[in-house]
Amino acid sequence: MQEQFGRDRCFNTPLTEQGIAGFANGLASYGMTAVAEIQFADYIFPAFDQIVNESAKFRYRSGNQFDVGGLTFRTPYGGGIAGGHYHSQSPEAYFTQTPGLKVVIPRNPEQAKGLLLAAIRDPNPVIFFEPKRLYRASVGEVPAGDYQIELGKAQVVKQGRDITVLAWGAQMEIVEKACERAEKEGISCEIIDLRTLAPWDVDTVAKSVTKTGRLLINHEAPLTGGFAGEIAATIQQECFLSLESPISRVCGLDTPYPLIHEKEYMPDELKTFEAIKASVAF
Amino acid sequence: MSNAPLTNETVHRVSFLDKASLHIPILRILQADGTTYENAVLPVIDKTLAEKIFDTCVFTRVLDERMLGAQRQGRISFYMTCTGEEASIVGSTAALDKDDVILAQYREHASLRYRGFSTEQFMNQMFSNEKDLGKGRQMPIHYGSRELNYQTISSPLATQIPQATGVAYGMKLQGKRNVAICYFGEGAASEGDFHAGLNMAAVLKAPVIFFCRNNGYAISTPTEEQFAGNGIASRGVGYGMHTIRVDGNDMLAVLAATQQARAHAIEHNAPVLIEAMTYRLGAHSSSDDPSGYRSKEEEAKWQQHDPVKRFKLWMINKGWMQRS
Repeated sequence: MQEQFGRDRCFNTPLTEQGIAGFANGLASYGMTAVAEIQFADYIFPAFDQIVNESAKFRYRSGNQFDVGGLTFRTPYGGGIAGGHYHSQSPEAYFTQTPGLKVVIPRNPEQAKGLLLAAIRDPNPVIFFEPKRLYRASVGEVPAGDYQIELGKAQVVKQGRDITVLAWGAQMEIVEKACERAEKEGISCEIIDLRTLAPWDVDTVAKSVTKTGRLLINHEAPLTGGFAGEIAATIQQECFLSLESPISRVCGLDTPYPLIHEKEYMPDELKTFEAIKASVAF
Repeated sequence: MSNAPLTNETVHRVSFLDKASLHIPILRILQADGTTYENAVLPVIDKTLAEKIFDTCVFTRVLDERMLGAQRQGRISFYMTCTGEEASIVGSTAALDKDDVILAQYREHASLRYRGFSTEQFMNQMFSNEKDLGKGRQMPIHYGSRELNYQTISSPLATQIPQATGVAYGMKLQGKRNVAICYFGEGAASEGDFHAGLNMAAVLKAPVIFFCRNNGYAISTPTEEQFAGNGIASRGVGYGMHTIRVDGNDMLAVLAATQQARAHAIEHNAPVLIEAMTYRLGAHSSSDDPSGYRSKEEEAKWQQHDPVKRFKLWMINKGWMQRS
């Protein structure tokens, strides 16, 4: 990238996440397009103030005189790489509670390109979480041309009748496998990739749940305070009379991300499969 | 490597450096009686500029008195004065081009006035009315003006420091011959953002002037409880940038330092740190009472160093103003 775009535009920085975020805020406030990379989402916390108090409020606090709309943060998140508690966290919910930020998480390389281009061109600051265990594991065709995938839109990746299974990022592979198992037992699953967590596509999810009557949400972050809770609260409000069973959450455990117990921690295929069966049998 | 430590001497017994190892002089041009020091090198200044500087100082002092009174009467919720620091603020802003971007902390409204913010605009902001450029979303004194290249104030301290580095880097990428100036206090210089912003500016070569108003107090915390090093200036040297300490109550010293800092920043795409030694004559804010942490004697001593009076005497000596 340095050879293609020059060292002035693509460069290393001193090792300071708050500096990277602050610098990116300033650069974007001067009308530039800034893509700031935080090496691991586990290390985004020194930049939390710059993101939550500055990026998210730049336009608001100035009465739309200044903004950092050209700013996108890229950061790898999530576990499954034997990285322990400082190379595995999924901190998306800390940011979804901050009005002024968009939060995007792609599930595969083709989605990543289209969503990242949309994030960079979106006139608001975006945090783009990249599922790091897919960097090496995921193989997929990526169109060569310029294309964007609209932010704020979930995608129904598989139609089904009996239950809606909702996830994002690397967990999409997991829920797809769980749904394959369920299909073999005669349960028809509708699978949705949320793709954008803030603002999230309530309509697509509510429409699906109205049809299926059941919802399971899967995410890697710990259960308590995770984004599944927000989705569950909204969907029970929107779809109360259509629900056939309680909304189910299959999430990470409420513990620091464990190194040797990673497999137990993960909301894996079998936990998801069991929860699908329990929901349908309720 | 060009940035390798500049060690060209080897010793064979333990020998530590201390803060006295770094000799930092203070720039003074204007004496208390309004005359300049012998051999002093004056900034570029003519009568028109001097009058604009003086008028801005007088306006700000009147504004501060009236609005602090308005706050005491319950007409506005909050206020902060820049009394005592006018030379630091106005003297530095007067060295800039109108397209240079100002990222202030909160006590720099004199700088906004210098750029042309109207009395009505000040009132609109403080009264949070429908004409406020910030749409009534922030507490009084959190001004911002796109037109005047004055970025909107953010309450969290020091966040503007790395941002100023980013703004300046954007100027460099766009081929502008401008600088960003970043104001902050010596208390804010304890925040991580200070260190991040200065180091990035030096390493990435951003044309930014870091202007520290070392006014003695971070609300109630005195400097001796804020840092143990040789002021803030010593840190600029540590980060590898041009650094100067000036008498912040000396309008001509501040103006001269900032004029030359600006020229250096643009010519070399490099940051400069200015530490202005001054004193916050007023309270931190309308919510603060300094009598709990500093003496009347100390305040009275600094009253003697009033920066506006000193500059006025100089203008009278120059024949640019009538004695009144």
